[in-house]
Order: sequence, then C-alpha cells, then structure tokens
Amino acid sequence: MIGFVSYLVFFLTITAILAIAVLGLNLQWGNAGIFNGGVVAFFGTGAYIMIILGGPERGGEFGGFGLPWPLALAGGAAAAGLLAILVGLATTRLRHDYLAIATFGIAIAIEAFVRNATYLTGGAKGIRGFERPLEALIDNPFLYSLFFLALAVVLLIIVYAGLSRLVSSPYGRLLRAIREDETAARSLGKNPARVRLEAFVIGAVIMGLAGGLYATFYAFISPQDLAPILTFQIWAMLIVGGAGNNLGAMLGTFVVWGCWVASGYVLSSLAPQELQLYAGTLQYILIGLIIVVTLLIRPRGLLPERLQVTKRPGPQNTGVISNAGEQYQS
Amino acid sequence: MTAAAPDLLETRDVSVSFGGFKAVDRVSLNVKEGSITGLIGPNGAGKSTLFNAIVGEQACDSGSIRFRGKEIGGLTPDGVYHHGLARTFQIPKPFAAMSVFENLMLAAPDQPGEHFWVPVVARRRIDRRESEIAERAREVLAFTTLESVAEEAAGQLSGGQQKLLELARVLMSTPKMIMLDEPAAGVNPTLTRVLIEKIEQLNADGCTFLVIEHDMDLVMRHCHTIVAMSNGRIIYEGDAAGAQSNETLLNAYLGATVDA
Repeated sequence: MIGFVSYLVFFLTITAILAIAVLGLNLQWGNAGIFNGGVVAFFGTGAYIMIILGGPERGGEFGGFGLPWPLALAGGAAAAGLLAILVGLATTRLRHDYLAIATFGIAIAIEAFVRNATYLTGGAKGIRGFERPLEALIDNPFLYSLFFLALAVVLLIIVYAGLSRLVSSPYGRLLRAIREDETAARSLGKNPARVRLEAFVIGAVIMGLAGGLYATFYAFISPQDLAPILTFQIWAMLIVGGAGNNLGAMLGTFVVWGCWVASGYVLSSLAPQELQLYAGTLQYILIGLIIVVTLLIRPRGLLPERLQVTKRPGPQNTGVISNAGEQYQS
Repeated sequence: MTAAAPDLLETRDVSVSFGGFKAVDRVSLNVKEGSITGLIGPNGAGKSTLFNAIVGEQACDSGSIRFRGKEIGGLTPDGVYHHGLARTFQIPKPFAAMSVFENLMLAAPDQPGEHFWVPVVARRRIDRRESEIAERAREVLAFTTLESVAEEAAGQLSGGQQKLLELARVLMSTPKMIMLDEPAAGVNPTLTRVLIEKIEQLNADGCTFLVIEHDMDLVMRHCHTIVAMSNGRIIYEGDAAGAQSNETLLNAYLGATVDA
C-alpha cells in the first residue's frame, strides 16, 4: 500500500511539473497561435542553468556557483526567456509549420550542443549530485516526496493563476485576435510582432521554470532529458486537454502522462524478456495515436476553449459564456 | 461639402511594383475632407494595392502619402490607424473564434491592459477603460444593427453581417477617415441599404470615406467624387456626371454596359 501511495506521489509530482510546461505552451499556441516545435529547448535550458547555478562544484567543469535554490530556479527560467528572445527575433517572419520546423531544429541543435559541451554541461553523462531544497531538514524520504509534491503544486497554482489573469485581461484578447488574424489586428492599431515575441518569451520562461523544477526533483539532468519525444508529449497533453483552455491543459497533462506511465507498466510486465528493449518504442507510437485519435473525434480537446473569456465590466454583464465548439457544430 | 474643402488624404506619385509589374504607377490621389470618394476601375487596376500602400501594409517604391497634412508614408498599419485612418478588407477578416462583442472591444485604442505587465499591477485602470470601451461597443452594435449577434462567434456570421462587422470594428476608434474595400460585394440588397444609410450618417457627422466599389449604381448615386483607375494609373477624377460621359473611362471600364 505504502508503495502505491509513494508511487502516486511521484506520479503526481511529475504531472504537476509537466503541467507547468504545458501551460507555457498553451500561452504560446493555445492563446497566441505560435507553433513552438522546440519546447524541450526551453525546458532543458531551464533545467541545465538551474543546476549549473545552484549545484555543487564539479571537478574542473564550469558551474558550482552554489546559489540558493530559488535564485537558481529563477536564473534557469530567465535563461530560457533569454533563449526565447534570440529564437523569437531570428524567426520573427516565420509562421505555422515553418516556425515549427525552425524551432524543432533549434531544439535539436541545443541537444547536440549540450551533449558535446562537456566543460559546461558534463556532456553525455549529464550533471548529477544536487542538494534539493530543505532535503537536509526533512530526512524522511516519503515526507520529503510529499513536501516536493506540495512545492510543485504550489508553483503550478501560481503559474495557473497568473496565466488565467493574463488571458482574461485585454492582453489575452489581443493574443487571441493575433492568433485569429494578424493582418486584421495590425489594421486595428495593434503590433503583432511585439505581442508574439512577448507571448513566446513568457511561455518559454514558464517552460524553463518547469525544466528547473524537473532537474531539481531528479537532482540530475542529462541530454537524454532533452530528447524530442518530450516536445511531442507536451504537445499531446495540450491537444488532448484542449488548446486555449488552461484547465484543459492541466487535465490533458494528467491524462496523457497517466496513459504514458500505465502503458509503460503494462508493456514492461507483459512483453517477453527479449522484446523488453523494443517495448518502449510502442509508447512513442501511443503518443502519436493519442494525438491522431483526439484530432479525429474531439479536435478541440477534452475541455475546449470558451468563446468569451475576457472579464466583462459593467452592470450589463450578462454572464453569458457560450461554447464556441458547440456553435460550430450547429 | 464644398469644392474648397481641404484635402484630408493626398498621395503624390505613389508607385508599387511586384517584380517587373507596376501595380500602382505614379498615382496622385486627393480625398477632400468630408467627402465620399469612390474609387472604381476594372479588376487588377491596382485599387486594393493602392489601399494597402496607403495604410502601410504594402511598401511603396516611391511617392509620398500625406494624411491631415502629415506624412504617413513608411508607417506601419498600426501607426496609420492611430492617426485616424482606418480601412476594411474586401474579404472580411473577422476574429472568427471570438464573439462579435470581443471583436469590437479589441478594436478600441488606448487600453493599457494590452501590455502584459499591466494586468498584474493596475487592474483598476484596465477596468475603467474597459467600461468606457464596452459602452462604445454597445453604441456601435446598436448603430450597425449587430446587437442580436453580439455574443455569437464572428466566424458564424453571414457574409453581409461580416461586412457590417468590418465597419463596426473600425468605428470603435472614431476615425477621421475610413477606406472601405468593396463594402457591398456579396451583400444582399437589404443589408446593402443599411450599410449605405450608415455610411451616409457617418459622413454627415464628419467622417470622410474612400470607397472601392463595383456597384456603379451605388457609386454614381452616393459618391461626391469619383476616381477611376486602370492598369495602375488614374484615368479619371471628377463628378459622377463627368464619369458617365468620359471617353477613356467608358472604354476601360464602363464601356460594356454603355455601348450595348
């Protein structure tokens, strides 16, 4: 029983961390329509910079600044934002699939860099040995895992609340308008280039935060964690949950990560010994399958975006919130 | 409107080319303040390209564009909008997944909440401006007879209603001048009448119009000045009566109907 509970805590912690990244992608794609195919680049940057800033000395390699954990985490998120500014400026004229391909390529380049820049990143062996916040104080591993879950959930709630506030403000309306039609928005006095870059950077900072938290949780990061599959998993979570809807993004994370973990368990217990190595690849197929099935039977996700989400002032507020999806079907 | 009214919009020798093709060739156009000016000409004459050049959506090769006496050539479309010059699109560009009301709310200028840090620090300032904008939006909805569809997704509206929405959106900023790109194309006669009535009302209140339109009956009846373009050049500028008897214009554009 305790084994199951402690696994549940572990599962929920990872879910909360990934949900933060999915919320970041939801700001970029769900709200602003920016097709980021390199989520893992920003996630990974947050992870590496966090561990370099906050980690211990590593015999001759760069890093070991031993910054307090919150500062290291913030530094990682800021570095992801900095990367997003560079990427955003370089790809400012790209849209849709072209932008996706460019950002995907950038993520691959960063993974290759991390794998080879041994002095900076430890190369293929990664960086391990990180003292997690308050770990010395809470010496019971189960209690500590509970504490870390609470930490992740609190950060998730903060990100969720901040983003909800942002997308229900006039800024959110502006993001959606730019997503719907950039030329029209520009003709109505808006500056899509500025707003797109901002949304891209804010989303990347959130992904970097998730990455930093991820590296903290495992006290380890390696190029393995920057594999493209993570980008696809995060996309699947957003598509399944419902792009444009923050609650949907979190639900999608839970569902997809649940499927991933459950399928891994089933495969490892059913597949014969000699096929174990290949069983993992079936999970990759599963991610593709989940995306395709969702797009076929529920293209707007489990919790579709709602039509009107800007907070209405004044007494005439009718409170009418209709569902765009239902209207499209009529 | 008198002939002595000053020019609100003035282009001088504006040229736009796509590769070797001159879409707009040294066009000098004047739009008098308070007028409804019709811009006519066959398809491919360069009318929409001229529109795009005026608002900065399309870069000019040369020439100058002055609005209210100030040079606006080289500005981006958002900058031009803030000068009080707005345009609509030939094919409506609604924010499809947003409600009609939200479409209008968005088009209002000066909402401080459109900067991402403001929702965090100055909620009250946003709410105050939102209330003003919402009031204006309700006025505009009533004026353009779109009240009944205010909460519907803009993408769900009929083609004619989307044309009205195009006009409604630009009214949110009370522009000095509106450039309409084929406002009556594909709109049923009843809605066209509503549209014309609204344009006349706005014009009486001091709004200047430059209108691309193929419905000659409408142009001849409602436009004070008519400018005709063909092959990227202006071939006629004057009143409706003159347009109907102008030899060049008859050959280039009106010919088919008059000759028959």
